Amino acid sequence: MPFNIKEQGNEYDVCIVGSGAGGGMSAKILSESGLKVIVLEAGSDYDPSKEEYRTQLRWPWESPRRGAGTKRPFGDFDACYGGWEIDGEPYTHKNDTKFDWWRARMIGGRTNHWGRISLRFGPLDFKAKDKDGLGDNWPISYDDVKPYYDKVDKLIGIYGSKEGIYNEPDGFFLPPPKPRLHEMFIARGAKKIKIPVIPSRLSILTRKVNKERNACFFCAQCNRACTIHGDFSSSTCLIQPAQKTGNAEVITQAMVREVTIDENGNANGVIYINKTTMTENRIKSKVVVLGASACETARIMLNSKSKYHANGISNSSGVLGRYLHDSTGTDRMGFLPELVDRVRYNEDGTGGMHVYTPWWLDNKKLNFPRGYHIEYWGGMGMPSYGTGFGMDTSRQYLKDTLGNPSENGGYGKNLKNDIRRIYGSMVGMSGRGESIPQYDNYCEIDPDHVDKYGIPVLRFHYNWTEHEIKQAKHMHDTFEEILTSMGATLLGTKPTEENQYGLLAPGRIIHEVGTTRMGDDPKKSVLNSFGQAHECKNLFVVDGGSFVSQADKNPTWTILALSWRTSDYIIDQLKKQNL
Amino acid sequence: MDRRENLKIILTSGFATSLLLSIGCKPTPKIDIQTSQAPKNGYGRTPDEMEKDEKIMEETFFTEKELAMLGILVDIIIPADEVSGSANDADVVDFIEFMVKDYPPFQVPLRGGLMWLENQCLSRYGVGFLDTNDGQKLEIIDMIAYPDKAEANMKFGVRFFNTLRNLTCTGFFTTEMGIKDMGYLGNTPNQWDGVPEEVMAKFGLNLDEKYKDVYLKLDTQHTIVSWDENGNIIG
Repeated sequence: MPFNIKEQGNEYDVCIVGSGAGGGMSAKILSESGLKVIVLEAGSDYDPSKEEYRTQLRWPWESPRRGAGTKRPFGDFDACYGGWEIDGEPYTHKNDTKFDWWRARMIGGRTNHWGRISLRFGPLDFKAKDKDGLGDNWPISYDDVKPYYDKVDKLIGIYGSKEGIYNEPDGFFLPPPKPRLHEMFIARGAKKIKIPVIPSRLSILTRKVNKERNACFFCAQCNRACTIHGDFSSSTCLIQPAQKTGNAEVITQAMVREVTIDENGNANGVIYINKTTMTENRIKSKVVVLGASACETARIMLNSKSKYHANGISNSSGVLGRYLHDSTGTDRMGFLPELVDRVRYNEDGTGGMHVYTPWWLDNKKLNFPRGYHIEYWGGMGMPSYGTGFGMDTSRQYLKDTLGNPSENGGYGKNLKNDIRRIYGSMVGMSGRGESIPQYDNYCEIDPDHVDKYGIPVLRFHYNWTEHEIKQAKHMHDTFEEILTSMGATLLGTKPTEENQYGLLAPGRIIHEVGTTRMGDDPKKSVLNSFGQAHECKNLFVVDGGSFVSQADKNPTWTILALSWRTSDYIIDQLKKQNL
Repeated sequence: MDRRENLKIILTSGFATSLLLSIGCKPTPKIDIQTSQAPKNGYGRTPDEMEKDEKIMEETFFTEKELAMLGILVDIIIPADEVSGSANDADVVDFIEFMVKDYPPFQVPLRGGLMWLENQCLSRYGVGFLDTNDGQKLEIIDMIAYPDKAEANMKFGVRFFNTLRNLTCTGFFTTEMGIKDMGYLGNTPNQWDGVPEEVMAKFGLNLDEKYKDVYLKLDTQHTIVSWDENGNIIG
């Protein structure tokens, strides 16, 4: 071992890389079982209940940019440190393809700011190939994961309604909040054209689930992280309880470079860069668990080369980094004339939508193979950077008391008044769909570049296929049908084939998964069905890397359930002395 | 000053105050949240972010003359009325000065736009914008304030004025004065119990019968939930 690497004195039972949904769950379950755990996080410490981190309940004028997204991509009050671009941490692309890679750099990772949309996969989602012959089936079924989904529901809390929809399984739900006004318009409009709109399923505590966390007080700001821990984030619901066991240590600003191995090719720890001191450090452990996010985990594994693992650790198949896939996404907006001159009242509600549309059609009758769900937005939200924009195009929709439309643009008292009048009358919808994982969509090590920590960076290659493009077209047809049916005026223009029907670049939905896929055949997969590396028995992956396919859901609830399942397996295997 | 729109303001004045009804918003007990203003790190900034913001604050972008022009323009865009003060009352020029440094792509269009406006005034009236009279100011602004009917050779000005209108309006409605004017009543602990009855009635909307017993009952919020084995809430 090189002279300059600092040895951490202790040997741990388990070293966990990453503190988001996957790493956090693993830290909690393993530390509660009595194992000595160390968690390495590449970003900074964070606890929204501490005043120095608080952005919740702040007013736009407390930010000199009024909440604009010029520094933090989702706005100045968003809780997530990181972004698609990070100083000193580049990534590259192959053949001019596109992939935008989100990195969260903080305790709790992305769980600090996400929409809390917590959809469990259904039975069909684990066996999608059986349905249409595309992609691959998971090596496990819904029945394998169901007990863990149930446990996650009870531990963390999720509101929703029991619907009895086969592929949208019900769970242990907290009561959902009543819909907002624009959501009632959406539901009425969608019902007319036979599109279901049901209470959303968000991991927000409408009721208490334990003594430690408080119930939601309806400020609509879950993306700012909750001072009373009324929503789920890994930092507050998993990492803090893990630390309370006394068995889990956490090191922040620790950028892991590679998994180290012993003379038998098994993992025996990791090497990380201390970002503050810019020094290399080594952690020794009996088991290594990677939960660094699908692409960062693949990067660490690809960078862990040795005589036993010449191609990167557990990669003689060459599958590591491949089958990278994100959810599809595209959006549309409308204007509801009936909501002009709205009566004001506080309609903040919970963070995000109170209703949504699960996938409702049969793909056998459509020209694309997989479905999507629809998320909705609108209402009288807190004015922020952007409020009052666009009067040069949207003022025409406002009519005066004589029924004459306003002229676009303008200035003066009537412009000021029209901004008041139009407030709260916009509605929007976002489709989030399932793509087909492709062997040729991948991340690999760029042979030419390192980041500022000296770690070789990722190079991406990603193309959408006809399946995703046709699905995006269907989303836009549906958006127009719903908006029209609810009495809204369509805003903007419908995207066309030339711009792939508005399909956002891969990586933009931040649901990227699949890079270390699980499977029964080591020639075609990186992990077995417990998230254990085929070629390195004491190395596990607990993030979205293990996904064989990302359903038309959001990945977090499945990451949590699978991480719990893998953690139980690690405990069992350690007891049996198999690791 | 606002001759173009005199008729409409008469027809719509007083609207905003009549809509400021506080309904459906009850305070929540038992939650103690620290909302004191301006701790040392501002509003939840990281050390790196604080440093960057301080650096921006120390820089100056607009010249004295540009600031004077902006001061006149923003009050034409958002003047004081019966409900609230003007853009300058809400320090909108300070906000614009910050934004052009925070988002450099604004710099050339705004500086260039002001210069374009200055050039137009010099060629039309023989004096710079600051020395034009009120009638001349409105005459030139009318030529660039209405994108759908502006002359083709005024498009530069239209683009400039669109940007300035956006920044002025958003800069105003995100201040304490502007938010009070808008009538936004949230950003505070409260209890959401659905759309007020009279609002639902106005639009002929009703809560779906199917969910009436499913929706959250607010008095249960602070009791720890329990379920039977089928996921039905029993406590």
